[in-house]
Amino acid sequence: MANLNLVQAINLALIQEMEKDDRVLLLGEDVGVNGGVFRVTEGLHARFGARRVVDTPLAESGIIGTSIGLAMAGLRPIPEIQFDGFLGPAYDQICSHAARMRTRTRGAFTVPLTIRVPVGGGIHAPELHSDSPEAIYSHQPGLKVVMPSSPYDAKGLLISSIRDPDPVIFFEPKRVYRAFREEVPEDEYTIPIGKARVVCEGTELTIVSWGASVLQCMESIEKSSRSIELIDLRTIFPMDLEAIEASVRKTGRCVVVHEAPRTGGMGAEVAAQIMERCFLYLEAPVQRVTGFDTIMPYYKLELSYMPDANRISGAIEDVFSF
Amino acid sequence: MPIKSILKLEIERVSILDEHGNYDEKLGAGLIPDADLVKLYEAMSSCRYLDEVAFKLQRSGRMGTYPQNMGQEATSLAAAYVLNQDDWLVTCYRENCGLFWRGVPMEAILLHWMGDERGNAMPRPHFATPIAVPIGTQMLHATGLAWASKYRGEKQIACTFFGDGATSEGDFHEAANFAANLDIPVVFCCQNNFWAISVPGKIQCSAPTVAQRGIAYGMPCLQVDGNDIFACVYAVKEAAERARKESRPTFIEMVTYRLGDHTTADDARRYRDQAEVDVWKLRDPLLRTRKFMESKKLWNSSKEDAMRQRIEVEVNAAVARSEQIVAPEVSDVFNYTFAELPSDLAQQRDSMQTHSLASEATVRSEGH
Repeated sequence: MANLNLVQAINLALIQEMEKDDRVLLLGEDVGVNGGVFRVTEGLHARFGARRVVDTPLAESGIIGTSIGLAMAGLRPIPEIQFDGFLGPAYDQICSHAARMRTRTRGAFTVPLTIRVPVGGGIHAPELHSDSPEAIYSHQPGLKVVMPSSPYDAKGLLISSIRDPDPVIFFEPKRVYRAFREEVPEDEYTIPIGKARVVCEGTELTIVSWGASVLQCMESIEKSSRSIELIDLRTIFPMDLEAIEASVRKTGRCVVVHEAPRTGGMGAEVAAQIMERCFLYLEAPVQRVTGFDTIMPYYKLELSYMPDANRISGAIEDVFSF
Repeated sequence: MPIKSILKLEIERVSILDEHGNYDEKLGAGLIPDADLVKLYEAMSSCRYLDEVAFKLQRSGRMGTYPQNMGQEATSLAAAYVLNQDDWLVTCYRENCGLFWRGVPMEAILLHWMGDERGNAMPRPHFATPIAVPIGTQMLHATGLAWASKYRGEKQIACTFFGDGATSEGDFHEAANFAANLDIPVVFCCQNNFWAISVPGKIQCSAPTVAQRGIAYGMPCLQVDGNDIFACVYAVKEAAERARKESRPTFIEMVTYRLGDHTTADDARRYRDQAEVDVWKLRDPLLRTRKFMESKKLWNSSKEDAMRQRIEVEVNAAVARSEQIVAPEVSDVFNYTFAELPSDLAQQRDSMQTHSLASEATVRSEGH
């Protein structure tokens, strides 16, 4: 066991998978000599060399498009897109090719790649460095979308993502990168994609969340006198609907919390699934606490945009007073 | 300090067999043995006949939208002829001739345009990637495929095809830049056919050649007569050797012309003059190859007639085979989304099957 933050946990997972499997290589902007702008790939260039840790030209579509070719040839590329807001230029390659290749060729070609992307706000970053685009990619059939909220989960989910036979977008919440440390086994382990984690059990209300927002949910739960169950989805697509259903049938109340904008966000999907699966168990309508349907503000106002413990507590009270 | 020129550039154009039958003995020497030339001509003729048949299939409702290859047969065929069988051929959708030379069955291409994904299930021994519909995106895949070969220390290279319009897309430039800067063995073949649907080449590129776009990326580039099978073979051979020996990319502009419409959904008379088409009909790669073979006593009209009969039988048999292939199972819509179907998708699949079986039953009971 080692006491690691999320950056270190991901770094460890990368080292272990690269040592185990020569098909695994990293590519992206600044991932080599510099070790990545968040230092997630620190030391890997020195350890594995320029063949396996590749500083590419500054071109996101090029990074993903060449990764698709590498993966079609049977390698396991792990491209990094430096920030959430820079996924845009790669959207065409991700959605027109990576997501479709297995279907398009009836399995003759597959694209086993893991796209690592730092995600979300709260680190005083410039424009387009703080976005939460997980719903966009969850809506595209053929992609898996993962977002851990803790170092332990990050390591196990990243190893599962690298080994997954299909394309995975692995969102790393920047706000959690160095927020805390926890015990992370040095031995390899996996956490299955598509399985949620019950962070704490409760009987009166379910909170469903993912990524950095899980931390604000915990803060809110600690302040509350109610018995609240917190589900960290860990994988946004495919979503662990069974876990949500089981919990909401037990509690009869649900609040969904995410940093991304509200309309068409994955909270809407959670709410719709609960309507379909748990309608007669509900004591109150599902509430959402989310970012707003606005452009993510520059950092002076970013804390007002992101769901905080007070807003979450407000939603909890609304549900109970319904 | 006087201003001085720091770089002088030139673009070479290769032409070996021109439209008037002039043949460069020196450049052409040993390039294509006579027996191979006959086979290449037959391959182009077969591809041309498929175009005729496919057009009729589309017009009679037996096939969806289809892009004819007419006039551009020599380019991809030359590449497939030169390359090793395990070199990646990464095409868009007007390279049938090269794919058939590779061994991709004609019914696979037919099946694809008949709206069946199984046509794109390119069998691995062909080392050809699926038909790429989004313009100018596949050059990055070629770069990645060739990179994988280099990564493994293998000698396999990649050759990718795209049109003049595709060189306006950002991905072309990113692919060229990656390949040049990371020393990746790719051959970039631009089929400059002068028209991206209705938009003329001058709106895609205002430089005198498309070829010179390669200069900006520090890679060798040249222009060839794309309707000259000899010139195309010459250029791809040189580029493939460079890729294999030096792990360096090359950019080849193959100047050709789309004699047909963009697809069966297009009507080229809306935007281009018949006079222009007529000029290019005289530059047809089939025509000049045939004349050359006749001048060398390799070919005559009775051989042409015999070939035509053979081709008709082959192509019609391929059409019959592809039309006999029954539609995929409804569940196939789901079954290739992921290696393992998530439970919610499995439920969606089951509900779709139940629903479609129910509608079939309704149709049957109503006697339609």
